[in-house]
Amino acid sequence: MGRKLLLEHINVPGINTFAVYRSKGGYAAVEKALKTLSPDEIVEEVKKSGLRGRGGAGFPTGMKWSFLAKPENTARYLVCNADESEPGTFKDRYLMNYIPHLLIEGMIVSSFALGAHVSYIYVRGEMMPQIRILEKAIAEAKNAGFLGKNILGTGYDLELYVHPGGGAYICGEETALLESLEGKRGNPRIKPPFPAIAGLYGCPTVVNNVESIAAVVPIINDGGEEYSKIGIGRSTGTKLISAGGNVKRPGVYEIDLGLPAEEFLYSDEYCGGIANGKRLKAVVAGGSSVPILPANLFLKTINNEPRLMSYESLSDGGFVSGTMLGSGGFIAFDEDQCIVRNTWNFTRFYHHESCGQCSPCREGTGWMEKVLHRLEYGHGKMSDMDLLVDVSKKIEGNTICPLGDAAAWPVASAIRHFRDEFEWHVTNASEALSRNYGLAHYADPLKKLETA
Amino acid sequence: MLKVEDTSVPVEFSPELLTQFADVASRYPKGKQKSALLPILHLVQAAFGWLSAPAMDKVAAYLNIQPIEVYEVATFYSMYFLRPQGKYVLEVCRTGPCCLVGAEKIMDHIEQKLGVKEGEVTPDGLFSWRGVECLAACGYAPVLQIGPEYTFYENLTNDSVDALINGLKAKSNN
Repeated sequence: MGRKLLLEHINVPGINTFAVYRSKGGYAAVEKALKTLSPDEIVEEVKKSGLRGRGGAGFPTGMKWSFLAKPENTARYLVCNADESEPGTFKDRYLMNYIPHLLIEGMIVSSFALGAHVSYIYVRGEMMPQIRILEKAIAEAKNAGFLGKNILGTGYDLELYVHPGGGAYICGEETALLESLEGKRGNPRIKPPFPAIAGLYGCPTVVNNVESIAAVVPIINDGGEEYSKIGIGRSTGTKLISAGGNVKRPGVYEIDLGLPAEEFLYSDEYCGGIANGKRLKAVVAGGSSVPILPANLFLKTINNEPRLMSYESLSDGGFVSGTMLGSGGFIAFDEDQCIVRNTWNFTRFYHHESCGQCSPCREGTGWMEKVLHRLEYGHGKMSDMDLLVDVSKKIEGNTICPLGDAAAWPVASAIRHFRDEFEWHVTNASEALSRNYGLAHYADPLKKLETA
Repeated sequence: MLKVEDTSVPVEFSPELLTQFADVASRYPKGKQKSALLPILHLVQAAFGWLSAPAMDKVAAYLNIQPIEVYEVATFYSMYFLRPQGKYVLEVCRTGPCCLVGAEKIMDHIEQKLGVKEGEVTPDGLFSWRGVECLAACGYAPVLQIGPEYTFYENLTNDSVDALINGLKAKSNN
């Protein structure tokens, strides 16, 4: 059983209140950081921990912090990205809903480390209940002297505010989020300059995911070195994985990075296997944007080694035979799911959510949606698969922000691994309207690779 | 009921609403009051049910920005309604993970139960519904939400949807 650093007290009744959270050792990281550590020492601890951004990109948090420009007489900002909207991902909602003070404690420590005196938590607008929960928790923390002027008598001032979004996936991209926080459309900015130099209101800004900021609390409590001992290789610490789709026990699980993928999917401690006694067909391991893998390639790498839930192991084989850990949005597909239909559904999502700024993404996502729609509804052509790959290649890498890549990867990977299912939709068009392609060979043991 | 073209109907913001505006605006640095735009539009929509052009114009005047700056935001974000809706708007998640466990059938059922197509309002003005993209609740799928507090209803079945709709009807008749 893995250690629980974030969710240890999640089932304690009343843990959403300041009093109970405090009684379980909460806000000790604030006391330790503000009273015994300098801002630079905190950044150093986070660097030592090896913590990588938990929102999806996996960039080292400590390094991101160290890039922050510190010109004199200019405000600096910390903005928490709680615009969780990557299909398959619901860990931040869970965390804010049940243990809001963990995020607030992390925000205070992180703001102190970065020298911010006003910080914002940008929460997607649909999470109005969680916004209310956070606002209440902030008021409690302020009442207890952990926010506001002269926190704990240390002379450090911090105001923390919650800001609701308006319903736009693109605002999870950090510069779109900053535009949105400034009251504008969520159009991503051209980089450079990066937010660390010119972010919110043109001031140096750090944007971090909810889970990254929450992870700063155990890092400060136990030390960065202790944190880095958990996990495997450059995948240090614990990670929240939100499991959905056709698993028996959907929910949010905190795992030690490096847990075998098979154990995560089939053990009763986590997903408990596939629901309704069915067999696994495919997995999207890290949110809808990452490449989809057939069952056999998810459980084993191309070299027949067990796949682990870590940044490196999931990306083993690159995009040819691997995927990404991404945001930890884990979606399992049982044998009755149609990959063509799901790919069409995801592509409709990206078309809907494209901000429209870059032509390849604005137009390309729409074209892919149309082609996939006709494949799913019995009007596809054999040339459509090459057409889809061609369009996806022309989007990938040709846009201001990664939404273009995120839209291209699911399509390219679905055709790469499930091409026969797509072709079957063309050759057996009327049959495809009434039944699914089924499991086919997607869970068969991998063939041994011939090595030269 | 207001029609889209009824843009001449004057809009008044209540003193309570203006107090809420001021509270929101105070969270941002001096001169950056435009940051309050998204939260204020949520407050206006909660009070009026949708964002009419006169309401948006008044928001622009309040924040000392151009009306076009409000329109471009209101048309960009999917949560803002630019035409009148039912009193209760059922927003059903229609993205991949929810569809794996039956979201499309739930939407068909809602359409049948309410007797109106996506985006239309029931004759009694009580309900409208629409499919929305991922609500970050994939583990509790299928899900729907109802504003302005965006309460979530999880693990939906046809029966639980019926109970929800009947309950809201009864609440409105009392």
